[in-house]
Amino acid sequence: MNDELAELYQELIMEHNRHPRHYGVLAPCTHQAAGFNPLCGDQIKLRLQIENDLIMALMFEGKGCAISIASASLLTEALEGKSLAEAHELFTLFHETLTGQPESSHHSARLGKLAALIGVQAFPSRVKCATLAWHTLEAALANKDTPVSTE
Amino acid sequence: MDKHFGKVFSPSDLREIRNDFPILKVKIKHRPLVYLDNAATSQKPQCVIDALDRYYSHYNSNVHRGLHELSELATTAYEQSRQRVAHFLKAKESCQIIFVKGTTEAINLVAQSYGRPLLKKDDEILITALEHHSNIVPWQVLCEQTGAKLRVAPINLQGEVIQEEYEACLSEKTKIVALAHISNALGTILPIKAMIAKARAVGAITLIDGAQAIPHLRVDVQDLDCDFYAFSAHKVYGPTGIGVLYGKKELLEAMPPYQGGGEMIQSVSFEKTVYQNLPHKFEAGTPHIEGAIGLHVALDYLHSLGYEGIAHQEHELLLYATELAHKHHLRIIGEAKEKTSILSFMVDNIHAHDVGTILNHYGIAVRVGHHCAMPLMEFFKVPSTVRASFAFYNTQDEIDALFEVIPKVREVFQ
Repeated sequence: MNDELAELYQELIMEHNRHPRHYGVLAPCTHQAAGFNPLCGDQIKLRLQIENDLIMALMFEGKGCAISIASASLLTEALEGKSLAEAHELFTLFHETLTGQPESSHHSARLGKLAALIGVQAFPSRVKCATLAWHTLEAALANKDTPVSTE
Repeated sequence: MDKHFGKVFSPSDLREIRNDFPILKVKIKHRPLVYLDNAATSQKPQCVIDALDRYYSHYNSNVHRGLHELSELATTAYEQSRQRVAHFLKAKESCQIIFVKGTTEAINLVAQSYGRPLLKKDDEILITALEHHSNIVPWQVLCEQTGAKLRVAPINLQGEVIQEEYEACLSEKTKIVALAHISNALGTILPIKAMIAKARAVGAITLIDGAQAIPHLRVDVQDLDCDFYAFSAHKVYGPTGIGVLYGKKELLEAMPPYQGGGEMIQSVSFEKTVYQNLPHKFEAGTPHIEGAIGLHVALDYLHSLGYEGIAHQEHELLLYATELAHKHHLRIIGEAKEKTSILSFMVDNIHAHDVGTILNHYGIAVRVGHHCAMPLMEFFKVPSTVRASFAFYNTQDEIDALFEVIPKVREVFQ
């Protein structure tokens, strides 16, 4: 397989796509939002239980491509037990990395498993797939009722 | 430009045709481009590209205003294109040809200029379940404005409009029937002549979205007896940004202008403005002059190849691709008996976006997504499909290249 493709569809991504973590409906929950990518029809629903600014639990469900599902799954793993401030910081690092911002070259160590999605950099049309769950998270934290779109 | 090709293109004809399209020599990721996204937009032959170059190099000027030589040349070329389109669609008069931005604008024009003054609460607009968003949303807007209701004639699992159900949707309440001639997502060819006659029988006017049909089929608007027919130049080997609305003269004459501005007036005072006659009443502002010139040449090019040869070549490509799709156990979405050269499919449960990314890595351009037909995707219970759409310049080798990647896709997703 071509190097760029191998980098995109690496084992960790494929594994999370086949067996997404924290998949399902979290009830009860304190925050939730739906995310939608109008380009390809991908949909994600994210529900969180937040207490004292700490993400105690979170689950997602939805339909999407391998990148959007794996990214949502990795997000839920990365954020369980984190504070809201830490979640926002991680999103900033992640977004800067995927969009190839110059300051992002030092981020990979701090991204942990999320660094597996760095390969998306080479595929600008797929960045929205990888960030769908994160935009949904932002909407859930802001408690917006209307579905968030990546467009 | 006449090529005198037969009803079946020979291998040397096909080589000559491919040579007419410079973009087909482009390399993508060090591999020859395999362009199978023709339903999104078609590639342009050298003669169309040259026509645009000639216009800007030799007689660029505004139309209908200047008295100078260049303006006369540009005006003549622009109006000759209108005559060419009228002849191409077998319209009675060239004033029935309105240049618009594309099919989408044509449909919006009819909705707002014909529909809005006429429709009342509880009147009905009928479309089908396989329409492109551009033949859904303008009618929804019109319904919101007038209180009319949008009805949708259903399709079967092959992707064909169920004709009994279509008839059952028609009544004296039906004022407008808007139909795709060919489905962009499935390739289904609708039996529009019969459907138009049925709509006419209840007193409805008909609009045909011909965006996908003009590249593949000979259209005779008088024989069809439709009230409006719309298409886009860029899907028929012409430039982007220009399209055509054909309309019956008495309807167009009775309709108010769609937009106001220059070009569409006879006289303007602050008390009263007198509009131009057809077709200029609907062409406010400086038009897409080079677009019209390019469209003229594109239609000449199509004519020089002949629809028989085009239809035969594209049908062969569709049969070949369908056979390979079965061989590779792909789920084909849309298996109508009457179908044009569009193959929409799913590779197992692999998301079309992932398939498209991998295909692109091998130089193969297809469309992945919902094809601006989200209700249709909902009907087939898929979020999106991979759509390969073939033009007469495509080859069996290119289709082989597409299907050689399918096992590689499965390897990644095993």
